Amino acid sequence: MSSKIFGSGIRRREDPRLVTGGAAYTDDITLPGMVYAAMLRSPHAHARIDDVDVSAAAAAEGVLAVYPGADTEDALQPVPTAWLLPDSDLQVAPYPAIAKDTVRYVGDIVAVVVAESRYQAYDALDLIAVDYDPLPAVTHPQQATEPDAPQLHEGISGNQALHWTVAGGDIDAAFADAEVVVKERIVQQRLIPNAMETRAAVAQYRQASGELTFWNTTQNPHIARFICSAVTGIPEDRLRVIAPEVGGGFGSKIAVYPADFVTIFCSMRLGRPVKWTETRSENYQATTHGRDHVQEVELAATKDGKITGLRCTVWAGLGAYLSTAAPGIPTILHGLMLSGVYDIPAVKEDVFGAYTNATPVEAYRGAGRPEATFMLERLVDKLANELEMDPAEVRRRNLIPRFEDGHDVITGLTYDSGDYPAALDKLLDHAGYDDLRRQQAEARNEGRYLGIGLSTYVEICGLGPSQVAGAIGFQGGLWESAIIRFHPSGKVHVFIGASPHGQGEETTFAQIVASEVGVSPEDVRVFHGDTDNTPMGWGTYGSRTTAVGGAALALTARKIKEKAKIVAAHLLEAAVEDIDYEDGNFFVKGSPDRGKTIQDIALMANVSWDMPEGVESGLEASTFYDPPNFTFPFGAHLAVVEVHPQTGQVKLERYIAVDDCGPQINPVIVAGQVHGGVVQGIGQALWEEAVYDDSGQLVTGTMLDYAMPRADRLPEIEVLSTVTPSPHHPIGVKGIGEAGTIASTVTVYNAVLDALQPLGVDSVAMPLTPERVWRAIQESGGD
Amino acid sequence: MFAPRFGYHRVSSVAEAGALLREHPGAKLLAGGHSLIPVLKLRLAEPPALIDIGRLAELKGISVEGEAVRIGALTTHAELAASADLEEHAPALAEAAGMIGDPAVRNRGTIGGNVAHADPASDLPTVLLALDASFEIVGADGERTVAAADFFQGMMATALGDDDLLTAVVLPARPPGQGQAYAKFAHPASRYAVIGVAATLEVNDGVCSAAAVAAGGLVPVPTRAPSVEQALVGEPAAGDAIATAASQIGTDLGDDLIGDLFASAEYRKAVAGVYVQQALATAAERIG
Repeated sequence: MSSKIFGSGIRRREDPRLVTGGAAYTDDITLPGMVYAAMLRSPHAHARIDDVDVSAAAAAEGVLAVYPGADTEDALQPVPTAWLLPDSDLQVAPYPAIAKDTVRYVGDIVAVVVAESRYQAYDALDLIAVDYDPLPAVTHPQQATEPDAPQLHEGISGNQALHWTVAGGDIDAAFADAEVVVKERIVQQRLIPNAMETRAAVAQYRQASGELTFWNTTQNPHIARFICSAVTGIPEDRLRVIAPEVGGGFGSKIAVYPADFVTIFCSMRLGRPVKWTETRSENYQATTHGRDHVQEVELAATKDGKITGLRCTVWAGLGAYLSTAAPGIPTILHGLMLSGVYDIPAVKEDVFGAYTNATPVEAYRGAGRPEATFMLERLVDKLANELEMDPAEVRRRNLIPRFEDGHDVITGLTYDSGDYPAALDKLLDHAGYDDLRRQQAEARNEGRYLGIGLSTYVEICGLGPSQVAGAIGFQGGLWESAIIRFHPSGKVHVFIGASPHGQGEETTFAQIVASEVGVSPEDVRVFHGDTDNTPMGWGTYGSRTTAVGGAALALTARKIKEKAKIVAAHLLEAAVEDIDYEDGNFFVKGSPDRGKTIQDIALMANVSWDMPEGVESGLEASTFYDPPNFTFPFGAHLAVVEVHPQTGQVKLERYIAVDDCGPQINPVIVAGQVHGGVVQGIGQALWEEAVYDDSGQLVTGTMLDYAMPRADRLPEIEVLSTVTPSPHHPIGVKGIGEAGTIASTVTVYNAVLDALQPLGVDSVAMPLTPERVWRAIQESGGD
Repeated sequence: MFAPRFGYHRVSSVAEAGALLREHPGAKLLAGGHSLIPVLKLRLAEPPALIDIGRLAELKGISVEGEAVRIGALTTHAELAASADLEEHAPALAEAAGMIGDPAVRNRGTIGGNVAHADPASDLPTVLLALDASFEIVGADGERTVAAADFFQGMMATALGDDDLLTAVVLPARPPGQGQAYAKFAHPASRYAVIGVAATLEVNDGVCSAAAVAAGGLVPVPTRAPSVEQALVGEPAAGDAIATAASQIGTDLGDDLIGDLFASAEYRKAVAGVYVQQALATAAERIG
């Protein structure tokens, strides 16, 4: 492997088109004869539909058709969930693409209009008369499970979608013998993912051939193809899904949505290409949300700070219906990570997944792991307070020591490799931790409230072994595939099944190929996102694209190299064992100046004038890589804040991230992922919250109300790393897409609570708005 | 986010705009569009016609005329923020304009559109009230001038009639020895003022001789703070005296405070004094 290209912070090749407006998104697709769909969405969180009168809308200028639920009921199968979690009493409620009898959240589709122009389609929405009979609604996940709560789905008792448990060790003994117990009730508020591009779809159905081309803003076109085929009945071989440029997803573009199927239905009925593009308000109502946990957590420990047990009950709001991956997020991706970076002998968690009259919940950057990390890291700080120990010291006493090849934890997972103490030491050293504590003490004497927050984390990435996928009910594989094709001139095309949408793999994957076979990364083009010309893949989420897809690619490149060696040996009239390789040059040992370059070999393999006997023409290889284990990136983060005691305003002064994702293919891209992830996590701590009122209306329905992070509220993020390769991965990489989000929410939360500690405040609901902080100070009675 | 159908007229004079307003009852004037267009896209209003005054050069620009500063209604927030004339003669206005929204909003939004919309959480009305601005209006019966105290009448309500067109905002130029400042607690999402406080201070021999304080975001119409102002005059413009005066703001705000999901009325009232104090302290520091 050439060290020059692997590990080099070359510029992202995606960026010129993205920053100059040259990228083509789904909404940029325009086809001859194309018409436009607009969805009529329920204004009620819960109501019976008594009547839908579409006659006026259907007669409006430019309108081709109006379809209520009665029209799609038989034509479209119910929207499926793809994670049938076993041993959880999973109750999958029927999820019609268009609601016919009952609406269950504000945003449920009630009818679709197709018109010659977007304006005509939206004008016609106002002409549809729907007679609703409103019903009581519930949006809070814990309240939804209470006996008197409004019931969402017939035959599903207590709105309980699932009850899942994870346990290890003797938890009862741990608490019975505990010298110290700390408890907390934590609300992981509902978040809106806010991808820059809203959701969109263009369906082009050819009635003569029965073929569908479907442009869709998705993170996983092959999964979308499979599910669209199941719902619409179009055979998979006649269904082509193209994910053009996709403007961010953060998990919200994993799901295949009702509006996708409805758009396809309209094109099938009308024989015209149909485009649907979500408005931002619609995105807030109908594109999946994240988090929404109520957590009751307690932690048992000894007086010298050794954690002996962690027990929790979680109520996870899943929304009105189960989205594509929803059941696995608050369970598998959450509960299995309960013990984090610590050696904890006993854990137990009960997760109750609840149907609520709210937008369906899906993976959202971190997906289950930020919620797990938060619980543990918050309670570790509470333990430190209780014992009057430094929070860094409590962490140190519990960290799993360095391991290079496997460590079993109490939840049943085997972490691949880790050096948690090294990450924490590097963080504290860089931060000047002891100095910070001194500054904090001085500030307190001056009546200023500085806070220092820490978290250490480990996450589960590189999803994952397909055998495990099957065992945990994921209705698909979790391998990845890659094809490398050398052209006669030595230029390379790479085709991958994964579907990056902003993460920069067109660049990093070119770096992998370049490093393995010695071409310039400029000579490698990476193709993705089209089910007709890329191999099968399971999508980009869970920080898996580089961890799994990158492995498939590296192994493919090594096959290319092996074949190239055979060809080189033939051309150099030597035995294959005598061929050496260095930076794209194949040569007889000791004679590097008389070698054959990879380009020479690519030309010969393509023209095939003089190939070794029994060796096929061409220089092309493919791999299906099914990982033997997950990968487990980790790190340690620190934040410094100042809280204004009179107003409750929080000012973030410093943020330091030490992350270990294994060897870094491109450190600039890694830093970018850390920046984005950290900021998204800080958003949850300080600003973001999707709020429903008692009737189930989304009160934070626009960007005027829902506060996104902004650059001017953030300090320079100090990005550091340690490097601990994954032992089972061909190039050792672990994944970095979600790390920042997993660590930063609780880091900043801990910092704010640390600032408030002398004021007697030990809990404030997120987000930590000025008023909430101010109220907590008022209610604590101050110092 | 698709506006309903509307008529569109681009005009080349104030007179033409006035004639069209009378011709199309319910028509709206379009300047920077940063209040009007969102309202249309959310279908909260369906005016029959938009009258685009955006290219009327006569309504643009800032000029200093003797003791007065005249600001054309179409002057953008970015132009206000960058104006050397305002920096000299009405620095609090430039300061507040620079805090509106983000660069894209400041490059399009205009002072005329802003004050005509009269959002109680807007920044400029608060400053204009503190600076004793007046508003030049052309209506069916000719021109008139309305003082800021009379112009802002309620939440999203002003002295502008249906056929009126606001042409300019006029301010007295800052007298020598006056310090000005605008302090803002911005909503994290909208960037509107949860609390906005504009202050001017004049000092003679270390004692405050005149003060003007206005607060926005807190009550349905930006309001002057006479109790705070009176508490300042005759006192040293520093430290404890400022803090004591600032604490009077609750009296001036009365009981009709705005509250929302992000910041309740109780909270706004409790912390308003911090921002009054900040504006006054900054104004005092800036006295040349």
